Amino acid sequence: MNLEFTPEEQAFRDEVRAFIAENYPKHLADFGMREDMEREDFLAWHKILGKKGWSVPAWPVEYGGTGWTPTQRYIWSEENARVNAIMPLPFGVSMVGPVIYTFGNAEQKAKHLPGIVSGDVWWCQGYSEPGAGSDLASLKTTAVRDGDHYVINGQKTWTTLAQHADWGFFLCRTDPSAKAQEGISFILVDMKTPGVEVKPIKLLDGGYEVNETWLTDVRVPVENLVGQENKGWTYAKFLLAHERSGIAGVARSKRGVEKLREIAAHESLDGKPLIEDFDFARKVSQLEIDLAALEITELRTLAGEQAGKGPGPESSILKIKGTEIQQRLTELTLEAVGTYSAPYHGGVANDNSNEHPVGPDYAQYAAATYFNMRKTSIYGGSNEIQRNIITKMILGL
Amino acid sequence: MDFNFTEEQGMVRDGLSRLVREQYGFEERRKAIASAEGWRPEVWAQLAELGILGMPFSEADGGFGGGAVDAMVIMEEFGKGLVIEPFLPTVVCAGGFLKHAGTAAQKEEHIGAIVSGSAVFAFAYAEPKGRYDYADLETTAKKDGAGYVLNGHKAVVIGAPWASHLVVTARTGGERRDRSGVSVFVLAKDTPGITTRDYVTVDGRRAAEVYFENVAVGADALIGAEGEGLALIETVTDEAIAALCAEACGAMKVAHAMTVEYSRQRKQFGVPIGSFQVLQHRMVDMYTAYEQAVSLTYLATLRLGSDEVERKKAVSAAKVGVGQAARLIGQEAVQIHGGNGVTDEYAIGHYFKRLTIFDSEFGNVDHHLKRHVALS
Ligand SMILES: Cc1cc2nc3c(=O)[nH]c(=O)nc-3n(C[C@H](O)[C@H](O)[C@H](O)COP(=O)(O)OP(=O)(O)OC[C@H]3O[C@@H](n4cnc5c(N)ncnc54)[C@H](O)[C@@H]3O)c2cc1C
Ligand SMILES: Cc1cc2nc3c(=O)[nH]c(=O)nc-3n(C[C@H](O)[C@H](O)[C@H](O)COP(=O)(O)OP(=O)(O)OC[C@H]3O[C@@H](n4cnc5c(N)ncnc54)[C@H](O)[C@@H]3O)c2cc1C
Repeated sequence: MNLEFTPEEQAFRDEVRAFIAENYPKHLADFGMREDMEREDFLAWHKILGKKGWSVPAWPVEYGGTGWTPTQRYIWSEENARVNAIMPLPFGVSMVGPVIYTFGNAEQKAKHLPGIVSGDVWWCQGYSEPGAGSDLASLKTTAVRDGDHYVINGQKTWTTLAQHADWGFFLCRTDPSAKAQEGISFILVDMKTPGVEVKPIKLLDGGYEVNETWLTDVRVPVENLVGQENKGWTYAKFLLAHERSGIAGVARSKRGVEKLREIAAHESLDGKPLIEDFDFARKVSQLEIDLAALEITELRTLAGEQAGKGPGPESSILKIKGTEIQQRLTELTLEAVGTYSAPYHGGVANDNSNEHPVGPDYAQYAAATYFNMRKTSIYGGSNEIQRNIITKMILGL
Repeated sequence: MDFNFTEEQGMVRDGLSRLVREQYGFEERRKAIASAEGWRPEVWAQLAELGILGMPFSEADGGFGGGAVDAMVIMEEFGKGLVIEPFLPTVVCAGGFLKHAGTAAQKEEHIGAIVSGSAVFAFAYAEPKGRYDYADLETTAKKDGAGYVLNGHKAVVIGAPWASHLVVTARTGGERRDRSGVSVFVLAKDTPGITTRDYVTVDGRRAAEVYFENVAVGADALIGAEGEGLALIETVTDEAIAALCAEACGAMKVAHAMTVEYSRQRKQFGVPIGSFQVLQHRMVDMYTAYEQAVSLTYLATLRLGSDEVERKKAVSAAKVGVGQAARLIGQEAVQIHGGNGVTDEYAIGHYFKRLTIFDSEFGNVDHHLKRHVALS
């Protein structure tokens, strides 16, 4: 057992670090969370990586993957987190892509995978409905066969960034008489199809990152069905496991702790830097300790994957601890910022204003980020649902 | 020992509760926040009419003879409706300074105006680098003939955009963070040399950065003795903290009730989510935290008249306990609401935001734990 990288792995790290330094767009460096991000800001790095052949490292090489070992992929995410890079969104790369190359047919692979690799096609995830959140299998949106088409009707909600999406992957009920999980199909929908309507939902931080997606008599060619009809739940579960393994966000949280230390060095208490205050410093150390534990837990999971074990119920631990740490980080950042946490966006009346925010720059989004990050214990399978999974699958209760 | 409210206090509570219920609905509040003024002057006028703005002042000063318990009752009702109007800075803070240390002339000039609703105050004490230390002041007031000249920058002054007057802390002597040399001034916001930058806060109120550039005031602007202001500031801010804790209790009570109700209505897996024991116990923990917070708020309120050490310990205990409860209840309420909890549409997120910012007002949990340690 050891924790050291091999010389080859160190050489790999130097290579990717140099590539990032040279190629990551300067204007998006250390961007953090911003509500005024444009479609092109999200896609900029994705497109550069697409050209380099590094946009979908985890995919099989034949579809555009890099063939990197899990350790190399870990190094890759660490190096990106060091500059707080805006990574390719998960909806194409980690969700629908793997479903298509695993369960899709040759035409679907040829049609959809290149756009995900290049970053030219934006995907959104249409699973949740107003009545079907944690109990996803109770979804009601229907797809009824009509000749060469499915006609889809229903309402999806919480569709992340659907306002930018070109395509969506939707779970629809194709057999209303079957048991909940058995009558669901996995269907790809061109978001420009008549009858698809995307309505923004404002979140408590003031931003618009999710939407209601209404589907009214949306006609979709049957060739957009992935895999078999009524087997969509199997694909969805496969996908959820993929979604969870990336969710720990260790590398990003490590960068977040560094930032927190910088902020606390800048803030003062009793005429000394806040980071020298024992009460505050011990909270930061506690967070670092939790993060160190999570990092090794994730590496152990990766090692298991390298040895051929797929992501199992242990990934629920990564989701729970990863999101708790992300939330704690925003909580401590808010605490460090103190008084200047109150102005909404630093007191700038609107984001197009070129007025300088009040208070230090790092305070500007501290509260918004804290509010926003409450979502992480709710989405991707809430932390209660993750605990239920561990209860069943690991404890056997 | 007596934990009962008087008949008058009961009537104040009922009257306010009706006002908040009938006229301070969530949509009305949302509209007010989005409006140019950012608050509802007509509600302020109603509060004056109901006698709320005069409640904590003695009859001799032109008020209705109430005290800290009355302020607690009032603030709790405001907390329930997330009322944004500046009762705390105007009545509790400015009113407190005037009550404790105002000259007859100052009381004469300002208390009547507060009671009638015509004067609105903001309390400018925080500074960009001062964190929660009232003595960590860069703002100065230099003696100039009989009066003073103020220079400095006050941070996140809650209610300043609505204020006609300001109470300002400044250093008249000593070194930064010295206990002595701190003074308190009351002045009109339109005094030449004062500029503000107004903005919305994340919890729907308005605040401003307030800049003083060679602001000349007369000797009559000084409240209390020159250079001896810190003890006075501590007295008044302890009263403000007790009132603020009451506001948080009101907000927590509603946030908890909304969550329990939501868990009854919201169904997943064919049953109300409130039937899941893991959520039930979490809501029990929220409830317990709320009850403990109420107790600490009573303790702080009832100890405001005690000797200094007892008072400060009780107030710090409340700010710690209520701060911890506010965080727990805010976070859990959002969590149990699921995705709806993080939307702007549902009220719960707004309670969460108010309960979050509460911690950073007049010293956070750590600050007051330290103060408690220092006094123990
Ligand atoms: C910001 C954001 C982005 C999202 N993006 C997408 C997206 O792109 N695509 C998409 O399809 N969905 C998306 N979602 C939806 C997300 O997956 C759901 O919010 C989530 O599944 C929870 O469902 P719900 O919100 O309906 O909450 P509910 O399921 O109603 O849950 C409410 C509360 O009850 C608890 N609970 C529920 N069941 C149980 C149980 N059996 N035992 C114990 N506790 C339980 C939950 O943990 C939660 O605390 C997003 C959500 C958010 C907030
Ligand atoms: C030091 C000591 C002194 C005692 N003295 C007396 C005495 O003088 N007279 C007397 O009659 N008894 C006495 N007791 C017994 C005591 O009342 C029982 O231990 C208690 O009722 C719990 O029962 P149990 O030990 O069988 O645990 P169980 O009932 O088997 O409980 C085991 C665990 O399951 C949990 N649990 C059980 N039901 C639920 C549920 N519905 N939901 C969630 N969790 C649940 C419990 O909280 C506990 O954590 C004493 C016990 C102790 C330890």
